[in-house]
Amino acid sequence: MAWTWFHRLASPPYVYALAARLTPWFAWPAALLIVAGLYGGLVVAPPDYQQGEGYRILYVHVPSAWMSLMVYTTMAVAAGIGLIWRMKVAHAVAASCAALGATFTFCALVTGSLWGAPMWGTYWEWDPRLTFELVLLFQFLGYMGLRAAIEDVQRADRVSAVLAVVGIVNVPIIHYSVEWWNSLHQTASVMKLSKPSMPPEMLIPLLMTGLGFTLLFGALLLVRLRAEVLSRERAASWIREAVAGEAVRA
Amino acid sequence: MSEGLTPALEAARLVMARDLHLAFRRPGEVLQPLVFFAIVTTLFPLAITPELAQLRQVAPGVVWVAALLASLLALEFLYRDDAHDGTLEQYALSGQSLTWLLFAKTASHWLLTGLPLAIMAPVAALALGAPKGSVSGIIASVAIGSIALSLLGAIGASLTLGVRRSGVLLSILTLPLAIPVLIFGARATQLAIAGEDIAAPLYLLGAIDVLGITLAPLAASAAVRISLE
Repeated sequence: MAWTWFHRLASPPYVYALAARLTPWFAWPAALLIVAGLYGGLVVAPPDYQQGEGYRILYVHVPSAWMSLMVYTTMAVAAGIGLIWRMKVAHAVAASCAALGATFTFCALVTGSLWGAPMWGTYWEWDPRLTFELVLLFQFLGYMGLRAAIEDVQRADRVSAVLAVVGIVNVPIIHYSVEWWNSLHQTASVMKLSKPSMPPEMLIPLLMTGLGFTLLFGALLLVRLRAEVLSRERAASWIREAVAGEAVRA
Repeated sequence: MSEGLTPALEAARLVMARDLHLAFRRPGEVLQPLVFFAIVTTLFPLAITPELAQLRQVAPGVVWVAALLASLLALEFLYRDDAHDGTLEQYALSGQSLTWLLFAKTASHWLLTGLPLAIMAPVAALALGAPKGSVSGIIASVAIGSIALSLLGAIGASLTLGVRRSGVLLSILTLPLAIPVLIFGARATQLAIAGEDIAAPLYLLGAIDVLGITLAPLAASAAVRISLE
């Protein structure tokens, strides 16, 4: 059957074991790629002719910004799957995404603002991308707030899933309205980071940290998913066996 | 029973008539968001400056932020009583589409808050130094924009139905979603005050309305059903 893999993903014990097996496959490549990418970006790559050394924060900033949107999408897709197929594990995935996404978004904001201080001469510029990230952070916080406000886990799952799906529909609208708003109001005084032709010794480390951050998200998501499954299924008998098995192996 | 209406339209008419009746029995509750709007717009000249030339610059933002907050405040009345006394459960069990009935409720909610706000907004804008010629443009922008605010608010209100002390959470959920409406609405108001053509932002607001009318009642009814379980 072509769909058995999907049905098996609905089973918490299977997912719990699978997540444990997959975690190192994400974590090690993530560590290698991030270390290598940061070495390439911070040591090997030449300084920028305009921005000097300051541009190097982009090796953390850009991947964080990529991840913020990717985590939101993952969260909304997982929430949608949970809502449509009533799949508890998918809801657990969505719940595990929220704090990770908020953290990536926060990192993108902080690094962006630190970069802005020397480059723009101010910590905060109402740049469309920064503003968009800020709104995204509010959406993550709203999602987490809604989850926290509802005690019953299953209801929290489904209510917050509706919010995540509504939020993802709104993300492109917010994106374009913020771009539009900014292009109308902002004078051309702000220096923009222009990167049309990035030399390969700058670009390759960026792609490495980008992929590394993606895998890092995968690894952290798997760890959080296991914790989430553990806390949800704490009354189930398979938990006792699984945890006992781990204790024996360790 | 009025003749010639399909059962669905008749149900929607009854829901709207009931909501409007109840609201007019307690006019104080309907007026509260409007009083709030008036007070908030009064605070800005006190906080910034009484000079009309400067106030005219910030008038679109003041009017829209105040309208946004007032409509948020008004969301309290949208479902709260109906959730308490079981009316929403009856709607869900009535055999009519819950999505449709919630859409009717949202429509009457807009009649009770969005429309009065649209009529009050130019008064506030005039007090902030907007020229007389901008009145029709401001009414249009707030009227069209507040449709989207009511629809987004319906989603927020239904998501927070089962939550105790939901006011702050409701704002945190609804305000980020309302940002596009704020941007285009304030832009339209700004153009109206400057005496320019406001068609472009109004079209965008209209597009958001159409999207909201299509999708928001679905999301709201999904959330209401979950919280009734």
